[in-house]
Amino acid sequence: MWTAFLTEQEMTQNVLQTNILESEAIYIFREVVAQFEKPVLLFSGGKDSITLVRLAQKAFFPSKIPFPLLHIDTGHNFPETIAFRDKLVEKLGLELIVRNVQDNIDAGKVTEETGKYASRNMLQTETLLDAIEEFGFDACIGGARRDEEKARAKERIFSVRDDFGQWDEKNQRPEVFDMLNGKINLGQNVRVFPISNWTELDVWSYIEKEQIEIPSIYFAHTRATFLRDGLIWSADDEVVYREEDEKIEERVIRFRTVGDMSCTAAVLSNAYDIASVVQEIRQSTISERGARIDDKRSEAAMEKRKQQGYF
Amino acid sequence: MDVLKIATAGSVDDGKSTLIGRILYDTQSLTDDKLEAIERNSKRKGFDYLDFSLATDGLVAEREQGITIDVAHIYFSTQNRSYIIADTPGHEEYTRNMVTGASTSQVAIILVDARKGVIEQTSRHFYINNLLRVKDIVFAVNKMDLVDYSEEKYLALFDEIQALVAKTTYKEQNITCIPVSALQGDNVVAKSSNMTWYSGKTLVEHLEQIQPQDVYEEAQTRFPIQTVIRPKTSEYHDFRGYAGKLYGGDIAVGDEVTILPSGTQSTVKEIFFYDQKFEKAGRGSSLTLTLTNDVNVSRGDMIVKTSEQPKVEKELSATICWMDKKPLRPNTKYSLQHGVNNVLAKIVDVETIEEANFSEEKTAVSQLQLNEIGEIQLKLSKPLFFDSYKKNKYNGGFILIDLQSNTTAGVGFIK
Ligand SMILES: Nc1nc2c(ncn2[C@@H]2O[C@H](COP(=O)(O)OP(=O)(O)O)[C@@H](O)[C@H]2O)c(=O)[nH]1
Repeated sequence: MWTAFLTEQEMTQNVLQTNILESEAIYIFREVVAQFEKPVLLFSGGKDSITLVRLAQKAFFPSKIPFPLLHIDTGHNFPETIAFRDKLVEKLGLELIVRNVQDNIDAGKVTEETGKYASRNMLQTETLLDAIEEFGFDACIGGARRDEEKARAKERIFSVRDDFGQWDEKNQRPEVFDMLNGKINLGQNVRVFPISNWTELDVWSYIEKEQIEIPSIYFAHTRATFLRDGLIWSADDEVVYREEDEKIEERVIRFRTVGDMSCTAAVLSNAYDIASVVQEIRQSTISERGARIDDKRSEAAMEKRKQQGYF
Repeated sequence: MDVLKIATAGSVDDGKSTLIGRILYDTQSLTDDKLEAIERNSKRKGFDYLDFSLATDGLVAEREQGITIDVAHIYFSTQNRSYIIADTPGHEEYTRNMVTGASTSQVAIILVDARKGVIEQTSRHFYINNLLRVKDIVFAVNKMDLVDYSEEKYLALFDEIQALVAKTTYKEQNITCIPVSALQGDNVVAKSSNMTWYSGKTLVEHLEQIQPQDVYEEAQTRFPIQTVIRPKTSEYHDFRGYAGKLYGGDIAVGDEVTILPSGTQSTVKEIFFYDQKFEKAGRGSSLTLTLTNDVNVSRGDMIVKTSEQPKVEKELSATICWMDKKPLRPNTKYSLQHGVNNVLAKIVDVETIEEANFSEEKTAVSQLQLNEIGEIQLKLSKPLFFDSYKKNKYNGGFILIDLQSNTTAGVGFIK
């Protein structure tokens, strides 16, 4: 069979079955380490980057993951995500680099948006580019998937960026077969997407099958929330802007993606464990990014941010 | 779940994006918010129907010009399996993107406009799919609604397609022809009530029963080494694992192998996938092998079964599809990437250019321009271990990388 990845049962047989998505991701990780001098894994604490960590473990076993993790902390992360991140890094003995968006704000390098839809999403780019320069990273590995969004559907697996982190979408290198050309000029770096060809459901099924731990906010829990524009927002934290007439109510919810608290809406859910999350995703009629306000600003929102160096 | 990889091809406006949008819609793969966006934008543009091409054309320039420029990847699944579609552009100047999409696909859907029939682009796209040896080809005769769903018209077109297919020398492929209307949804997922004269499968029914396979077909075993894993921890002090992806055939513990280019012989000791050991593994998996004796192996080397040796040579002749604005000229140097191995290559001769339409007309030329296909001779700085592309897709394909710009300038198929 030509399957995406192996089931528990297939793993215990003597003959290894083909597992194309998992093998593709492992292949990509190995190419990164062989072709680049200073790779880094961009770690957001979300399910996609957690999946990347597992795949990287598999790619280099019995060696440790041979590159550090970089977290661009907006200061608006869910506290659960940060706690999870620290625990994971400690458990696997990984090196973690954290750079804070707040530092750039304090230094007056960037100005924060204000008002109802304010988000620090755009500001991450600046901090990321600074970190790339500071450490001289030549390859940044990320968990973006082509099924997430229309502009991402056009992304290469090795995506070359210039000094300013810009994506020249009309002039991308052809990627033929599974050959990856990681040769770059001075000042360029590459964004690498090992799970490009995975769908949201693939990721969730993999997390279930591998029994990968993920932050608790992905599961149903009771939270103080309020409604805006038909979406449910967390009212727990002051970073989420709330108007006085937006009434707080307790709801049983979970988060489907884990971005900033200020731009990630929750969904009503009774999925308390991974099996019911997978079931819920299977039946869902709203796309993952439907709950991310940052993409809704305009039809071209994602492409614009990418050209400017957003991940 | 198994996975089927598909590429689309066809001229501009033949309806590729519409067809994909229709497939997504009819298989209930479009989520409510995406569907709403399509409805909103269709209305804004003043259409009285749903413009499904909006589901796939992801770049602003594409939406402005209403054309597809770059390969977009689209994902959907049925009860049966997952599908990955590479939606490739139809413009001739974007041939390189078509090659890109087709190179990772097992199935190609070539659209033919029922009003126009087989045109130069159809022939070209079929030719490129044959060059790449794409196994399953579906000719979707689209816009049947605009020819009154006429059987007569379809049969005439069917003959034209048969005549085109007769020209190829690649006979190991499966060819299917289906009359559809992407816009109206006839024979895409559901059987058309407008074409009761057609008794064959609908497009998606047909895709559902194709047996998914590796795009790299079954061939002799090739295990190119990406990196050597040496943990040097106390537990794995002497561990030396050769990490790579297996192509062509299978490998088992105890197999006698040869390491190229050194020619050193050894035996497979263990096969790891992550922390689990297996007795045997099939092609398509990323593995870590250990060998019974210590050998000097590094990235770019290749492990093969001793009984199945590839060619080892410093000179090559190949068919090349040129992808760079800077033309390919004799006496220039490129970096040649063959899987995970890089060598320096000198272009000895650019011999002929092919018309890419089965005319077998070969014109002598001195250079190749962007999107042209031709024959070249190369000399390499080090011997390469290869097979002909026809025998082994993985081990017979390469790319040329420009030494200044570092861009992927061309893709080659070894004779
Ligand atoms: N009448 C009719 N029009 C179609 C059909 N398929 C596509 N079209 C129209 O043909 C035009 C080009 O379609 P599009 O999908 O953008 O083509 P692409 O350039 O191949 O992606 C659009 O105006 C579509 O609405 C069809 O089956 N019937």
